Amino acid sequence: MNTKVTLAGVELKNPVMTASGTFGSGAEYSEFFDLSALGAVVTKGVAHVPWPGNPTPRIAETRGGMLNAIGLQNPGIDVFLERDLPFLRQFDTRVIVNVCGKTVEDYCRVVERLSEAPVDLLEINVSCPNVKEGGIAFGQDPKALEAITRQVKKYARQPVIMKLSPNVTDITEMARAAEAGGADVLSLINTLTGMKIDIHRRTFAIANKTGGMSGPAVKPVALRMVYQTARAVRLPIIGMGGICNGEDAMEFILAGATAVAVGTASFRDPCAAKKTAEGIVRYMEQYQVEDIRELIGVVE
Amino acid sequence: MGKYKENARVLDQMEISPGIFSLWIQTEQIAEEARAGQFLSLYSADESRLLPRPISICTIDREKKALRLVYRVAGAGTREFSGLKAGDTLEVMGPLGNGFPLLKKKALLIGGGIGIPPMIELARELECEKSLVMGYRTDIRFLKEELEEQGPVYYATEDGSFGAKGTVLDAMEKYKPEAEVLYACGPTPMLRAIQSYARERGIECYLSLEERMACGIGACLACVCKSQEEDSHTHVKNKRICREGPVFRAEEVDLGS
Repeated sequence: MNTKVTLAGVELKNPVMTASGTFGSGAEYSEFFDLSALGAVVTKGVAHVPWPGNPTPRIAETRGGMLNAIGLQNPGIDVFLERDLPFLRQFDTRVIVNVCGKTVEDYCRVVERLSEAPVDLLEINVSCPNVKEGGIAFGQDPKALEAITRQVKKYARQPVIMKLSPNVTDITEMARAAEAGGADVLSLINTLTGMKIDIHRRTFAIANKTGGMSGPAVKPVALRMVYQTARAVRLPIIGMGGICNGEDAMEFILAGATAVAVGTASFRDPCAAKKTAEGIVRYMEQYQVEDIRELIGVVE
Repeated sequence: MGKYKENARVLDQMEISPGIFSLWIQTEQIAEEARAGQFLSLYSADESRLLPRPISICTIDREKKALRLVYRVAGAGTREFSGLKAGDTLEVMGPLGNGFPLLKKKALLIGGGIGIPPMIELARELECEKSLVMGYRTDIRFLKEELEEQGPVYYATEDGSFGAKGTVLDAMEKYKPEAEVLYACGPTPMLRAIQSYARERGIECYLSLEERMACGIGACLACVCKSQEEDSHTHVKNKRICREGPVFRAEEVDLGS
C-alpha cells in the first residue's frame, strides 16, 4: 500500500499535515505522539520580528467550531531558526514553515532567511483575517496576490505554497492569480471571518470583535472550495477546514486535494492528526486501495 | 511530568450551592501526579462543543486515584457535566499548568467565588501556619467545612449576610490576618486588588489566573496574560496561562487597570 504523495517534488510519507497556527512548532504535541507519524508539520506563522498578537479574549467556541483572533503572536525568525526548527528536525517528517508579514518586504525577508535553512516547503500566509496590516489584504485582491507570489518566489529556494482565504467572492480567481504568480502549491482554506456576541455582557466575545472561524462547522464550505479550485488550476492542493478524522480527510482527497491538514481538531484531541493518517490507511484497507494517489480528485 | 488524556470514571456529584457542583472522578494517572493549583481540561461528550473546559482541582486523593473538581455552571458545557452521575465516564486531560509553590512561610490563602476550590488542596499540601480569607456572594458558603478544617477562616459576603460586607479585601481590612506569603485565586478585579495589597506591604504573593483556553497545552496561544518579563515562548511579554501559569508571582503579571 502506498500512502506517499508528492507536493512540488517533495515527497510526504502520507498526506496528513497540521494546519498552521493550531500546532505551534510541534513541541507541545510531541508530548502526546511521535511527530514522525505525520506527512508534514506546518508551523505557526513566523514573521521577521516577534509579534505580540492581539488582546484577550482571543477565542470563543461556536456550535461545531470556534473563532480565533490570536493575531499571529510569534517569536520571529531568529528564535524560530535557533530553537524551533532544530527541534522539528529531530523528527522524520517534512517541515513546512508558514510565513507572515505586514509588507511584501517583510515576507521576502523571512523567506530569504529560510532559504538556507533545512525547511522542505514554505507556506505564505496571505489570508490571516486577524491582523490589521498584511495577511488577508494580499489574499483578497488577485493583483496583489499575484504580485506578492511573484516577489516571494524570487527569494524562495523551497517550493512555495500560497495559503488562500475563503473570504472572497470567487476562490478560483484567487487560485489562478497565485498560479500566475508562480505558486507551486495552494493550501485552503484559512479561517472564515465571523463574530460572536456575549448577550449578557453586551459585548463581542473576542476582543478583536471579529475572528476566524474554524472547526467541523466550516468543512462543507472548505470542501466546496477545494473542489472548485482543483478544477480551476493545475497546482496540487492541500485541503483543510474542519478535518477531524480519516473520513473527513478522504472527502478532501476525493474532491481533489493531494494532501490535507488537521487544525482545530487538535485542540480537542492532541493526537487528531496522527489518527487522521491512521484513518486514511483504514479506508484504503477497507476498499483495497493500492495507492492513495489513485483517489485524488476522482469525484467529478 | 506527563499529561494524560483519560476517560475518568465519575464517583459522585453534588450541587453544593445553586449552580456550583462538586464532582469526584477517578483517574488512571492524573490524580497521582496532580498538585495544588493545577487544572484539568474536561471534554464534552457532544462534539459540537469541541473545546475543553479548564477546571481547577479542588482536592486530590492520591490513594484512591481520585480528584474533586468544584465548578460553576456557566454554559452548555458545564451544564452537561453537572448532569453526570456515579458510574458515568468523562473525558479529561491533565494535570495541566504549574500549580502553587509550597513555601514554608506563614500563609494566607485567599479565594473569591469559584476561585475558592483550589485553595482547599493548597491548604492541605501546605505544611505551615496558615489562615484563609474567602469571599462569597451570599451566606451560602460552599466548602465551608473543608475550609475550616484547614485553619482559621475569615469571610466576606457581597450582601453582608456573613463576615465582612464586600470582598475579600474588606475582610482583610477588618480582620487583619498576618501573613508572609499570599496565595490567591478569584476574579481579575480581586486579583488586581490583592496584587496592590501585596506590593504596598512588600508581601510575597502568588496569583492564579483565568482566561479562555483552546488547547490547554500551550500551543494555540489563546490564553496569554501580559507579563513584566519576556516570556520564554515568544519573547513578547505574553505568558501562557495554561503552561507557564495559571499561578504567577504577583509582580510577574500585568493585570491591567
